[in-house]
Amino acid sequence: MDSVLWSVGGWTHDRNNVYELFMGSIAMKAILIMVLQRLSLGFLTLFVVSVIIFSAVELLPGDLAQEILGQSATPETVAAFRAELGLDKPAVQRYGQWLFNVASGDFGHSLANGRAISELLASRVGNTLFLAAYAAIIAVPLSLILGILTALYRNSWFDRSVNVLTLSSISFPEFFIAYILILAFAVKIPLFPSLANIYPDTPLGDMLYRAALPVMTLVMVVVAHMMRMTRAAIINVLASPYVEMARLKGLSPFRVIVKHALPNALAPIINVIALNLAYLVVGVVVVEVVFVYPGLGQLLVDSVSKRDVTVVQAVSLIFAATFILLNLVADVLAIVTNPRLLNPR
Amino acid sequence: MLDNILTIRGLKITAKIDGIDSDIVHGIDLDLKRGEILGLIGESGAGKSSIGLAAMGFTRNGCKISAGEIDFDGLDLARATEKQKQNLRGVRIAYVAQSAAASFNPAHRLIDQYAEAPLSHGLSNALESKQEAIELYRKLQLPTPEEIGFRYPHQLSGGQLQRAMTAMAMSCKPDLIIFDEPTTALDVTTQIEVLSAIRDIVREYKTAALYITHDLAVVAQMADRIQVLKDGRAVEMSETSKMLAAPQEDYTKTLWAVRNFQRREKAFDPKDIILSLNNIDASYERHGPKILNDVSIRVVRGQTLAVVGESGSGKSTTARVLCGLLEASKGELVFNGDVLPLNYRKRDKSTLKNLQLIYQMADTALNPRQTLLQILGRPLEFYLGLKGEEKNARVAQLLEQVELEPKRFLNRYPGELSGGQKQRVSIARALAAEPELIICDEITSALDQAVNESILNLLNRLQEDLNLTYIFITHDLATVRAIADEVVVMWQGKVLEQSTTEALFSPPYHEYTERLLSSVPQMDPQWLDELLLQRAKAEAI
Repeated sequence: MDSVLWSVGGWTHDRNNVYELFMGSIAMKAILIMVLQRLSLGFLTLFVVSVIIFSAVELLPGDLAQEILGQSATPETVAAFRAELGLDKPAVQRYGQWLFNVASGDFGHSLANGRAISELLASRVGNTLFLAAYAAIIAVPLSLILGILTALYRNSWFDRSVNVLTLSSISFPEFFIAYILILAFAVKIPLFPSLANIYPDTPLGDMLYRAALPVMTLVMVVVAHMMRMTRAAIINVLASPYVEMARLKGLSPFRVIVKHALPNALAPIINVIALNLAYLVVGVVVVEVVFVYPGLGQLLVDSVSKRDVTVVQAVSLIFAATFILLNLVADVLAIVTNPRLLNPR
Repeated sequence: MLDNILTIRGLKITAKIDGIDSDIVHGIDLDLKRGEILGLIGESGAGKSSIGLAAMGFTRNGCKISAGEIDFDGLDLARATEKQKQNLRGVRIAYVAQSAAASFNPAHRLIDQYAEAPLSHGLSNALESKQEAIELYRKLQLPTPEEIGFRYPHQLSGGQLQRAMTAMAMSCKPDLIIFDEPTTALDVTTQIEVLSAIRDIVREYKTAALYITHDLAVVAQMADRIQVLKDGRAVEMSETSKMLAAPQEDYTKTLWAVRNFQRREKAFDPKDIILSLNNIDASYERHGPKILNDVSIRVVRGQTLAVVGESGSGKSTTARVLCGLLEASKGELVFNGDVLPLNYRKRDKSTLKNLQLIYQMADTALNPRQTLLQILGRPLEFYLGLKGEEKNARVAQLLEQVELEPKRFLNRYPGELSGGQKQRVSIARALAAEPELIICDEITSALDQAVNESILNLLNRLQEDLNLTYIFITHDLATVRAIADEVVVMWQGKVLEQSTTEALFSPPYHEYTERLLSSVPQMDPQWLDELLLQRAKAEAI
């Protein structure tokens, strides 16, 4: 653990390793304490989330037994089926039982079809992460580069048009963008498939090709936010005396921005990137449904309509954990990139 | 002309103020020979910094060079392309800014920032420039020159940073350095070290310099010639010794005049103690280092007590402890005969009302989104329960007391005021509570001489009218002499002495007090040399 974070900081310097080691170890301790605090808070959050999800699903009208057997079933059959599924026990008891199982690593079985949830999730999690990573690999560098360039050429026609484009793309609902892209690139110019149906044995190249349209949609949705924060954070720093000093040292405008403004603007940028990465995992429900992509989002929608409480809870917990983890990573990165916090006086 | 490194003719600089173009520099001529140091002096708003930056072909946002020539060694910087200017900046003309703490990039090590100009202009390689940096750090008498460059800016003190910045300016051995108030933010004892370091290095490398300052005594030590500026216009220019001996223009004479501020004679009872601090200890972290160590101070009702010391001496911490913003870890505070709770949350309203604080930075102490009516109305409501018409009338009265016309100012925002006016509003806000004691934390140090004096006069008049007691925290000994009845000298969190102002400024001095007093720059151009010589001798013995 130590050595990993050490190299992230990049603070090993050939000339005064001893000094750095000493200072570094103090900062390292602080970071570790913070990580542990956040993790325990994270578990608390997960617990609260699970309670909320469980109650929310409880509050929905109708239940699984009714849903499976249909309207024509007699009350007796429904009651018998409920007893079989364990639905007749009080909610608190069912929740306690479920929580105990999860804590011991067993997500349980789907109420709808009896399959093990871990088995259900396995391929779905992979698919969703693949889609998120695919979109992130394009969106993060793209928005950083656009942010830097628009800050560099601020108020030029380039800046304005990038701003107008990204703002428009974020202003439309995702499904609208998705259908527009399908219309443009699957129907009019048939470049990509309109359905992103992938299977466990689909080769990587094929997966990249089939997921192209959902990824384009996601990129368009998240780029605006990250790019505008990069631009704003850099421009904010451009007013500071050390940037004026950098200019008076005769550095090129590009170097002034990348070397002097960007490192001091990182903290807000990192936070926004983390939020958007979390969104790529958690917020893809609509996109997955539109493109019939077999990810977690679709699974969640299906399970809610089937009142499959155990699956809904498992998926929600995964979403919540993603949020917590990514925010934790953002906080640690913000510290590691700030020499003031890393190197005390 | 031929041996001029910099020749400025008819320089005009225009700024956009409230959407209207107006000149801030009206046609300035300057000549600077190779290796010469020219002092630019004037009050704030005189256009000193704008001229200094223009000498690099640079203007701040919203400003532009609207006319004139800036001939730097044959190239007119007013008309040169960005590329041409880029190639000069940092290489042949370098800049040393007022606040080194703000002008070093907090994200990079000092030595990397030093090496940046030589590397990016292709003049040196990494190893070579680092060795040169260490050499310069040594010459500028920075501690542990081999290591100090590998630290980040926040790990150095203000005086060290200012020297590191001078080293950075020297990195390409420029022909000209612009020093823009390099010692203004430093206290007197640190200022001396930086001044002598800058002067030695500039002499050694025969670098020409524009030395910008508002402090005559400082420029007298540094410059060969002095140019006096006022409101963007040249007032007069001559050799330093001539200028000091016989200033020609009236304006220059007012700069020269010793502050003619008369303290009134007050009648007070030395036994009437309004506030006493008894054996106060304080630190910012639990079990952290003690910032205040056994501090005991007595304040007599109706007097002005000055607290002086260099930065880090615990002056402002004392103010925070008094207000209860920082809870003292030991000791007691007695106000009007009652022992005060050490935390302001536990104090009753009448105590809070009677102890008011005025901050150094009026800019940050006033809410920019509230009008003066709201800013001054709030304490009236909170402490005195005034409402509606009654409140508005009192706000108007307060503004009159601090010599601001109520009709014009009631509905203004702080952003629409000058520095001096903002500080007047801060004073009015403190007065609103009708306090008995006001703590003034460096309230004049961000203001220039003339404004400074008018604020001191105002405080003096208010003291007379309202029988106020002041605790005046400052590092400026001239202000102390002007306003204080008693003085407390602090050093490293301890009170060194408390005495009357007369006693403090006449021998025999306390050892540290003497060092502080002797560090205040004098007009005599030989002063720095003689002082350094004296101190060297004293150390030799």
